[in-house]
Amino acid sequence: MIGGPQGSGINASAEVFAKACSRAGLRVYANIEYHSNIMGKHAFYRVRVGDEDVRSFKDNTDILVALDDETLTGDAHHRRWATHYGHLHEVSEGGGVIYDTETGYDHTAAVRKDLTFYPVPFMEVIKAALTEIGKGSQFRAYEVMKNVVALGASLALCDFPFDLVASVVQDQFKGKREEIGALNVRAARLAFDHVREHLDAKNFPYRLGPGPEPKARILAKGYEIIAIAKLRAGCAFQTYYPISPATDENVFLEKNQRAYDLMVVQCEDEISAINMAVGAAHMGVRAATATSGPGFALMVEGIGFASMTEAPGPIITMYQRGGPSTGLPTRQEQGDLQFVVHPAQGDFPHIVIAPGDLRECYQDTFSSFNWADRFQLPVVVLVDKKLAAIYTTIDKLELKYDAIDRGKRWDGVTPTGADEKGPNDGFAANGQGTPHDEYLRYALTDDGISPVSHPGQAGGRFWSTTDEHDPDGHITEGVAMRMAMMEKRMGKLARITAHIPADQQYALHGPAEAELTVVSWGSPKGTILDAQKILATEGKSINFLQCRLMKPFPAAAVEAILRKAKRLVLIEENYSGQLGALIAEHTGVRITERILKYDGRPVSEDEMVRALANVYAGGRAEPVVTLVR
Amino acid sequence: MSVETAPVKHTLKDYKVDLHNDWCPGCGDFGILTSIQMAFAQLNLDPDKVAVFSGIGCSGKTSHYVNAYGFHTLHGRVLPSATGGRLANSAVTVVALGGDGDGYGIGAGYFVNAGRRNVDLTYLVHTNNVYGLTKGQAAPTLAKGLRTKSMPEANIQDGINPIAMAVAAGYTFIARGYALEPKYTAGIIAKAILHKGTALVDILQTCPTYNDLYTKEWYDGADLPQKRSRLYKLEDKGYDGVVKDPSDREEIIAKKAAAVMRSYEQDPIPTGIYYQVCLPTYEDGVNARIPALAAKPLADLDVFHRNVTPLLEAMR
Repeated sequence: MIGGPQGSGINASAEVFAKACSRAGLRVYANIEYHSNIMGKHAFYRVRVGDEDVRSFKDNTDILVALDDETLTGDAHHRRWATHYGHLHEVSEGGGVIYDTETGYDHTAAVRKDLTFYPVPFMEVIKAALTEIGKGSQFRAYEVMKNVVALGASLALCDFPFDLVASVVQDQFKGKREEIGALNVRAARLAFDHVREHLDAKNFPYRLGPGPEPKARILAKGYEIIAIAKLRAGCAFQTYYPISPATDENVFLEKNQRAYDLMVVQCEDEISAINMAVGAAHMGVRAATATSGPGFALMVEGIGFASMTEAPGPIITMYQRGGPSTGLPTRQEQGDLQFVVHPAQGDFPHIVIAPGDLRECYQDTFSSFNWADRFQLPVVVLVDKKLAAIYTTIDKLELKYDAIDRGKRWDGVTPTGADEKGPNDGFAANGQGTPHDEYLRYALTDDGISPVSHPGQAGGRFWSTTDEHDPDGHITEGVAMRMAMMEKRMGKLARITAHIPADQQYALHGPAEAELTVVSWGSPKGTILDAQKILATEGKSINFLQCRLMKPFPAAAVEAILRKAKRLVLIEENYSGQLGALIAEHTGVRITERILKYDGRPVSEDEMVRALANVYAGGRAEPVVTLVR
Repeated sequence: MSVETAPVKHTLKDYKVDLHNDWCPGCGDFGILTSIQMAFAQLNLDPDKVAVFSGIGCSGKTSHYVNAYGFHTLHGRVLPSATGGRLANSAVTVVALGGDGDGYGIGAGYFVNAGRRNVDLTYLVHTNNVYGLTKGQAAPTLAKGLRTKSMPEANIQDGINPIAMAVAAGYTFIARGYALEPKYTAGIIAKAILHKGTALVDILQTCPTYNDLYTKEWYDGADLPQKRSRLYKLEDKGYDGVVKDPSDREEIIAKKAAAVMRSYEQDPIPTGIYYQVCLPTYEDGVNARIPALAAKPLADLDVFHRNVTPLLEAMR
């Protein structure tokens, strides 16, 4: 773990280390916690590595690197409401603490006597590296290089091959400022040597060697995988308004717009973003947007618009963060499920799917475009800050590519309104002898889906309206047609449940029958799986029902699993147990035991293990809080 | 914009729809509808290559009465959806329209930002000073102190000046028409469509049901001793709002200032083109980033199964 003030480069330090580990064949799971602040407030980055799949983070760290005093001692002494009490208590038994001597910290006063402290004069190391190229006097301007000093010092402790890290650093500067890259490597090396020569690293108990077999894994963040799925699925139009934590995806796509012929439009607000995307979807391009809760709150009428006019899209990637209102802009919460499932006035169909890991982020984002085309409605991919920001290894092969399905497009020839006594009869009578007589955009069909045309298509002219309308897209308040159209639209939901593969709707992880069934959704998935594995070694029989398709909700299948379970416990990172409410709404099953977390921090593997072990032993499920003195 | 013309000569009737129209008798919207259809006929537009986006309100129904692709969207959001439509398919002529409440009230933010974007589309505003479909509340163009017969009290908010607002926002074509002069207004709309960039045509419109202040008789000046119109055409007074040299900042400022000065004239009220300048559009900016768009609209690009391997390789 590395901690320091925002803007001090802890991200670079952690990510270079993560990448070097990935290249060495290790599995990596890294995540960052930070304030809604540009510069100065405390942030920390955890990097966990292992030979086997790591899907969560732990409370403890073997090495702590502190760029500032607050990383060591917390903010309770200068802030009324502490966000943390320093990370010293999180260091493993006998672990190491590297800190910058400029912090003035006196480690001899530390309460924990099992730790080894490694004071490193960060700025002196930087000065030494600069002196070698005749720039020693300018060292204050190179303060940002503290991140590579931190890196070099850590490597010396855990005995990780220095060259692997050096190559990652060099890659970062490849082609642009290679001499800066060399300078960074040199500073890291000097830090490495400093620890080796001046401090006792030999007896440090935690060692880190390369993995069993170096594999060509990729190391990615959730927002990158989602963006790549959008590119792969043929998204041509992405709109956005800046908002944490969705901005990363939007900026990633902006950076790649030239290479991939993608139009990215920065809008004046999220209302504009959703409406532009709906307009583009009606034109036949695959359109998308990305936002967070506050932005989604502005988009809701646009979602109703898209659904009512049966637009083939857009796809909305919705990155939850701590709410309500502006809430905790950079923190984790799963507090928007109920909102996203019930976003706007009236009954209308849309799809909400909540992937639980990066592989599912890819699959669900890709599939969403096909569903939007096939069922002519908007799709929300519901993720969160944690999924957006986790930096983790994926086997390349896990990115399975789907086929493109553009749904039922009008062929430009076959009449849709020619049935003489059918429900469409009389709606195409504009009496002008144009091909338009033959085509009805909202034709009532046997399969509930009307063939779609787009502006520019010859003979495919149609009208559309957010008012109730007839097959020709003109306004009607007629009773029978209102019912027919409501049934046409809402009938899509059952068709969607029948269309989407069951294993993309929900999954039961672990044994088919167990003493305890955990019910959860979204990003806690990895943590639950890791905890389940640990508890299984202790002989605890636990399985895990992961709900993924939230609308339409696979009620029958989920209910069958719930009714069979011996004992149920709900796990969610929100206050009210929103999946629990959704399950009760659709199945009548109320899950009374609930492990909830709403302090804005994701649940760790240790917290999960403790909470589940407690419930398993017959204890009451309690909210989990991450704030330990 | 450059427009797709129909393969055969179209006439006014080709842009009409045989659909019951539920506007009040004598509504100014009829004049605006006719102006739009006349402009389309004048340009011989191919109805399959035109998309009309409308907002919500009486004016919002206009898209149903024009034989073209029609999108009757949301209150106040017509500019964003029309913008998305236009950017997605530059081979389609996009006309957005809505009321003054729709565009200058609930949609004011989009009105301003459309100006600074300069997407190649035409925006028609039906300015009748009242919210007709909800029975005559004051619209954002109604001046302070005025009270139509539909209002329980006089207006204590002031009216905005849409022409001056459009100048400030960066619209590159700004004009004013009059619903009851469809032929003249059609000519302006045709020019607006041909203009490359965002074109605003604010169309003064009567609401015979709720607005008893700005009636046909009032515009005609029937109450004035000289019985003269309360409107005049800018070109009749030798006014020319077209910027000749778009690289000349001084000329742009002078023409903008002149347009704003004219926009405050109350009696008579100027109609015609207040301001026009040919500047790079949003699409020009996008095409510089994505050269493929110069040859084909976005909707026609094959972007499926893009090769994302380079992105994945960079993550090794």
